[in-house]
Amino acid sequence: MSIRHGLLALLEHGPRYGSQLRTEFESRTGSTWPLNVGQVYTTLGRLERDGLVAQNGEDGAGHALYAITDAGRDELHTWFEKPVDRASPARDELSIKLAMAVGAPGVDISEVIQAQRRHTVKAMQDYTRLKAQALTALESGGTHERDDVAWLLVLEQLIFQTEAEARWLDHCESRLIRFSASAASAPRPATASEPGPDPGPRPATGSEDGAGGAGAGRGGAPVAPGARRTR
Amino acid sequence: MSTPLTPQPVLRLQNLTRVHGSGATEVHALRGIDLDVHPGELVAVMGPSGSGKSTLLTIAGGLDVPTSGRVIVEDTDITTAGRKELAALRRRSIGYVFQDYNLIPALTAAENVSLPRELDGVSARKARVESLAALEEMGLGHLADRFPDEMSGGQQQRVAIARALVGDRRLVLADEPTGALDSETGESVLALLRARCDAGAAGVLVTHEPRFAAWADRVVFLRDGAIVDQTVRSEADSLLTGRVADA
Repeated sequence: MSIRHGLLALLEHGPRYGSQLRTEFESRTGSTWPLNVGQVYTTLGRLERDGLVAQNGEDGAGHALYAITDAGRDELHTWFEKPVDRASPARDELSIKLAMAVGAPGVDISEVIQAQRRHTVKAMQDYTRLKAQALTALESGGTHERDDVAWLLVLEQLIFQTEAEARWLDHCESRLIRFSASAASAPRPATASEPGPDPGPRPATGSEDGAGGAGAGRGGAPVAPGARRTR
Repeated sequence: MSTPLTPQPVLRLQNLTRVHGSGATEVHALRGIDLDVHPGELVAVMGPSGSGKSTLLTIAGGLDVPTSGRVIVEDTDITTAGRKELAALRRRSIGYVFQDYNLIPALTAAENVSLPRELDGVSARKARVESLAALEEMGLGHLADRFPDEMSGGQQQRVAIARALVGDRRLVLADEPTGALDSETGESVLALLRARCDAGAAGVLVTHEPRFAAWADRVVFLRDGAIVDQTVRSEADSLLTGRVADA
């Protein structure tokens, strides 16, 4: 998230001081990404160093004011014109978690999926509640209409994002069910149809994976040595 | 609608099972469902197709009978009610909203909404007054004299919600009510359903769309005929007080 460009966009409306920028940033985005005043001043310092903003005197109460420069305006317009880069996808903890959960010992991936789904749908419920309130506020014609619209857009982005996540989780679940179904059925015809080399006695040492192993539950059919299958 | 907010659930499902077929072809559509829906509450039932969500709704509405268990609507057990009692309960207590609206094409919006009241023995004149009041209250007064084919899908569905809740009925059962609508229109239908529940109705919404389920107070997850999990709504205001993301 670009605080730099957010501040430039607010400064385009006229000179402002640090805590004022913080308040306006948060009311535009409904405090979804809270800023502290320190972050605002650090960012202003860098913008000033880069010649994108300049100090612009003080207001009546003695707050140091900052104003956008021509270079800052160019930078801002370039930001609006260029799409946000998606060439290198942000690291996504959930994707990483599910990728790691596939085949992880002692982990029931469907439980991982359901725990996340409950959490994600609950977040959607919360966002939707806020959205309904924002819509009501807009319809009743509040005074901060611009901020209400901006907040609504941010909320709806969160709803779309959680929706995509919930749909993806549904998809993962059905994908995994399909794979486990085909994995469970695949080895059977292979053993039934192919006699293989003279089936020897089952090795006595093969007790460690007996219960869940490929040979289990098949009426004690002899399994060729070395024919141990993984699920 | 002036519904006193009582703690008594409008709908209670108790240990509900439904088995289709028998022997080798036996299918357990529902396995021991327990669910209470209170006045003012909208519950969404989510699950993949075949998870039993539509069966749950048709049994809750007395359109199908459970293999075992109880369905209690406004203090009446509909699994033991007689035919007449059940028919009266369906007219007076339960409203349905279907995916394809099911308005009667030859009747105007106002006539569609007044029909269940007339069937219940209310005079045509009184039913019309109630119908217009219901439409007005739901912001649909301008549609009163339109026929279904003169309304958009979203408008028809909102009229269907008015029909479901006209009179004293306060249980609305909605089966994929947004299924035939684009997402913007679907949203307006959900907003109306939400508003009716906020006004005291009890609602059960069956959907596979997380975005619509998110309008509910509680989302129940159904898998293979059983409730495997559910969410509750947190106080939305807590989100506004300096929260970043759920940690």
